[in-house]
Amino acid sequence: MNPHLVLRVVSKLLIPIIVIFGFYVHFHGDYSPGGGFQAGVIIASAVILYALIFGMGAAREAVPAWFVRAGSAVGVLIYGGTGFVTWLLGGNFLSYDMLDPESTHHAGQHLGIILVELGVLTTVFSVMVVIFYTFASRAPDIPEEEW
Amino acid sequence: MIETLTSFLPPLLTEHAVILAVVIPLTLAPVAAIMPNGRLGWLVALLGMVTAAVLTLVIAGDVAQNGIISYALGDWAPPHGIEFRVDALNAAVLILVSVLGLLGVVYALPSVADEIARDKQSLFYSAFLVCFAGLMGVASTGDAFNMFVFLEISSISTYTLVGMGAGNDRRALTAAYNYLILGTIGATFFVIGVGFLYMATGTLNMADIADRLPAIQDSRVVQAAFAFIIVGLGLKAAMFPLHLWLPNAYAFAPNFVTVFLASTATKVAFYTLIRFVFDIFPSDAPFVQVSFLWVFAVLGVIGMIAGSIQAIFQNDARRLLAYSSVAQVGYMMLGLGIGTMAGISAGMLHLINHAMMKGALFMALGIFALRFGVRQISDLSGLARSMPATSVAFTAGALSLVGVPMTVGFWSKWYLVGAALDAGWWWAAAAVIISSLLALAYVARLLAAIWVGKVPVHRGEEVRSRAPLTMAVPLWILAAANIVFFFDLSPVLELARAAAEAAFAGGIR
Repeated sequence: MNPHLVLRVVSKLLIPIIVIFGFYVHFHGDYSPGGGFQAGVIIASAVILYALIFGMGAAREAVPAWFVRAGSAVGVLIYGGTGFVTWLLGGNFLSYDMLDPESTHHAGQHLGIILVELGVLTTVFSVMVVIFYTFASRAPDIPEEEW
Repeated sequence: MIETLTSFLPPLLTEHAVILAVVIPLTLAPVAAIMPNGRLGWLVALLGMVTAAVLTLVIAGDVAQNGIISYALGDWAPPHGIEFRVDALNAAVLILVSVLGLLGVVYALPSVADEIARDKQSLFYSAFLVCFAGLMGVASTGDAFNMFVFLEISSISTYTLVGMGAGNDRRALTAAYNYLILGTIGATFFVIGVGFLYMATGTLNMADIADRLPAIQDSRVVQAAFAFIIVGLGLKAAMFPLHLWLPNAYAFAPNFVTVFLASTATKVAFYTLIRFVFDIFPSDAPFVQVSFLWVFAVLGVIGMIAGSIQAIFQNDARRLLAYSSVAQVGYMMLGLGIGTMAGISAGMLHLINHAMMKGALFMALGIFALRFGVRQISDLSGLARSMPATSVAFTAGALSLVGVPMTVGFWSKWYLVGAALDAGWWWAAAAVIISSLLALAYVARLLAAIWVGKVPVHRGEEVRSRAPLTMAVPLWILAAANIVFFFDLSPVLELARAAAEAAFAGGIR
């Protein structure tokens, strides 16, 4: 009988909700409080909770270390890439209006911010998990009996 | 020459050069991070440096022709949006950072391969690119808060770079940690000051702040902001009593990092000081005026003498040069403190010259370290026979540091003493001369070891070695610059004069 049955069941229920909430915060970032940073931290906290309850091994299988290492770089590239796209479209760097110049209600601005925040989300999520993995894999795992 | 270069590049590049010079290295940083090995990481860094150097030349040409460049990020017009604003003052700093960045990266490959663990090398270059982009950003931005962000981008990556010296010497970790604590305190003070300015003026755009400050210069908030900003930036620039992070950071960082930091990081912080003191705060306000003499000049003078004396008693070669850097920052502070056009231009001149001398010296030490693991002064013994060419380059840099005629360091001191005497500050002129004599003492220790010391012998044969070509070329460029510019100072002098004029004209306003 697993000693953490309640914890396991509850966190299994919670983790998907945490992730969805993270994306909710992200997609509201362009016109209400929230955004990529907060969303990244929330989603990373879901991975951290998973690692705490199910162990580092399971977490590393679900979210491999190479994935978060690449993610921390890709996020910056998404942010910078948005800027380069607006630049190539003929505007100033990060001039979001270039993404949808025809729009009368600033669709370009919304799109640009969502894209930039997506970059922030990716990097913040990855870096949070990388930091957690780095610290967690230094200490020896506590044997189950010692809980 | 710059015009022909500009005509070759598409307008898409030249019109946006100001932002691209910062953003391209920044975007290449994550690219370098995912490279599988150090050699590819180095290539990415080199690509970033070459692009940045070309773009900086374009910017400098543009500034020389059309005056101030203003770039509105995201098409949000200043003062509401973030503005990048370059005049002759920051154009000079941009040139310095990008040229030394380029030379540094060309030099880096063998040194980094030797000192940094294999799997960390691409991450190392990534951190370097972030640091470089941060410094370029600080030097380009026209927004006070944006400047804080870029200062932190460059500082945080610098802590990492310094800490990566841990593979050679574990003391790099404590050095990086000390630097982190002090650097963060400096950043905090700076951002508190910017916060006060924002409170008093309601704007973060530097030109806009400058417009609004004269009317409210008697406000305590503005004066407190000035104090906070000077202390914060003074910490970053290693102004005398705030220099404690510097010696260990330089002594234990990987050699390439020391080369780059010594020739750029404190220089950029010094630029921000000039910008705030002359362009943003009303430089004729009583509280700014009093700081010229009692903060910059007095601390500068104490710094250059105390730093030189401490340098004399060091046994670690890089620590010796680090203390010498503290003294050299003192010269620049004195130039700022004189507060005249001649003074600022002497300060800027020394800023550029010092980058050449320290760049050459630390590069040569890096080569010695690569070949013979040199750290202590006693390890330098007899290297003039083992590595004659590198020793000669080192000597050129060292003599320039003292200010011997035939080297560019002579002109630094010439103009500084001239500016001090013009202002009637004979004591400052005397201090420059005393400090130069002290510099002679510590440089003599290094040179005596190299030229007179016993030649290392291994199994009855004199030890000989050569510098790798990619390391020797940048070293020789810098060493030659130290000599060549003595005979024709005009390019450097013009750069420094234009910078000082821009600072005085309140280029930002």
